[in-house]
Amino acid sequence: MTSSRKPAIVTTELRKSYGAKVVLDGIDLMITEGTIFALLGPNGAGKTTTVQILSTLLRADGGHARILGHDVTREPDAVRELIGVTGQFSAVDNLLTGRENLNLMADLCHLDRATGRRRIAELIEQFDLAEAADKPAATYSGGMRRRLDLAMTLVGDPRVIFLDEPTTGLDPRSRRAMWHVIRALAAEGVTILLTTQYLEEADQLADRVAFLDHGRLIAEGTPHELKRLIPGGHVVLRFDDQEGLDSAARTFAAATRDDAALTLQVPSDGGVGSLRSVLDHLDRDAITVAGLAVHTPDLDDVFLALTGRPDGRADQPDDRRDTRAGRSGQERASAR
Amino acid sequence: MSTLTFALRDSTTMLRRNLLHMRRYPSLTLMLIGIPVILLLLFVYVFGGTLGAGLGPSGDRTDYANYVTPGILLITVASAAQGTAISVAMDMAEGIIARFRTMAIFRPSVLTGHVVGSVFQSMLSLVAVTGVALLVGFRPTATAVEWLAAVGVLAMITFAVTWLSVALGLVSKSVETASNLPMPLVLLPFLGSGFVPTDSMPTPVRLFADYQPFTPVMETLRGLLFGTGIGVNGLLAVGWCAVITVTCFLWAKALYNRGRTA
Repeated sequence: MTSSRKPAIVTTELRKSYGAKVVLDGIDLMITEGTIFALLGPNGAGKTTTVQILSTLLRADGGHARILGHDVTREPDAVRELIGVTGQFSAVDNLLTGRENLNLMADLCHLDRATGRRRIAELIEQFDLAEAADKPAATYSGGMRRRLDLAMTLVGDPRVIFLDEPTTGLDPRSRRAMWHVIRALAAEGVTILLTTQYLEEADQLADRVAFLDHGRLIAEGTPHELKRLIPGGHVVLRFDDQEGLDSAARTFAAATRDDAALTLQVPSDGGVGSLRSVLDHLDRDAITVAGLAVHTPDLDDVFLALTGRPDGRADQPDDRRDTRAGRSGQERASAR
Repeated sequence: MSTLTFALRDSTTMLRRNLLHMRRYPSLTLMLIGIPVILLLLFVYVFGGTLGAGLGPSGDRTDYANYVTPGILLITVASAAQGTAISVAMDMAEGIIARFRTMAIFRPSVLTGHVVGSVFQSMLSLVAVTGVALLVGFRPTATAVEWLAAVGVLAMITFAVTWLSVALGLVSKSVETASNLPMPLVLLPFLGSGFVPTDSMPTPVRLFADYQPFTPVMETLRGLLFGTGIGVNGLLAVGWCAVITVTCFLWAKALYNRGRTA
């Protein structure tokens, strides 16, 4: 099905280090034209470095990378003609208006005046920027700025687009709008390499997903294939005393207990049916529960499953979630 | 289109961007003109009577206005350089430079846009400051050709100092550093023949003053505007400007290509 299509991005043994710190440790990628490929990983895994090398911003220490047949080191200008990049950090000119920013791109892409004007009108329409087009970009909200940023990337009709964490910091509504745009681009035959920290985003968008950890690819496949690597979710039951925990542990033989925290982890697919069955069992045996939390698989679990350790994301804003993931990590590791 | 056409087109685009920035942010330009104007008024109306008397037995405030204007013009150039370094450093801190680097454009166009824009801004400041100088008693005796030559000399030193300030803006890790680094340039006309003749200075200071690049430029300007002797100063001025331009151009280019990505 896709075998007849050409590869758009190919890397072999890509390496990069800063001094003694190895950032990329031999990356092999093969991304088919017209597909969305997601590079997942925690901060510091090497996602941004990969994008910077592929977009000619950085030079690799070793290995090769080709974009639609052009080597990124030897023919950077040929590569630049074909690509568009929207980075993690906003790349708009704050002193210029949205329209002036787009005009700047049209001029730098060497579009003639009529083509440029038509393209800009299309993009302003497509990205819902009509109202703000003549206001300085400095006054834009985060979501608008990201939309303008992506619109600027698209002025030159790139064949390959790199999106470095395109939705980080966006509210759920803006995130969905961004997903919609990305899908529409892929439908037009553009190849997209996106990096993300969110499993859900990769799941929603990508044809193929690769996991990057400490500069190595630790897994690659379709979201479906990859999800089979992830252990299921679970329900966490919290108790007031040891007796409660003991009797619940007898009821749920497959569960993992944590005596120090007085919690019990019952495997569950996170669905209503399985939750009801857990509640029915508790009811039948008249066990009093102090608290309950449903845990669905997330990026932490994938990392856990693939590496056997929590990913140690230091900047996770939600402390409670972090602790929980860490704790279940220890449990699962000890269960092995 | 040929490479040269692209180079020209991209440089023009970047120049337009920089001119648009100046229009959106006029306070910077006004501040850059303000410094030399205040110094001019201070030196003519506060110190001018006494300093004028020091120029010769019949010297007065008007003589001093004539004497000090070339120095003030160089302060204008140095002050504009500070603005250039600031805007280059601000630009480099923005994500848009990374975007430019991933586009198939004439790479130095980012820098040439800044340089041409800044030279334009400096020349504008020079016109404004010359206007004020004329109002406070500056009365050059130059012919049209001499005026033209004086404008040429100013353009030359502006071009040189602008490349220097682009390099200083690139080498700065922050905008604050970029605003401080060119500061000594504003002091250079003081440590030269800008405000008083160098032969009134103690020997070590006089040696520095006589051999620093701004002195021959100021002496050439005086010669062109008032018909005083230029001598070897004309050649020295051209030489200094060429050396500064070439050195700083290569320096800025190396800094820019070093590729600060973040």
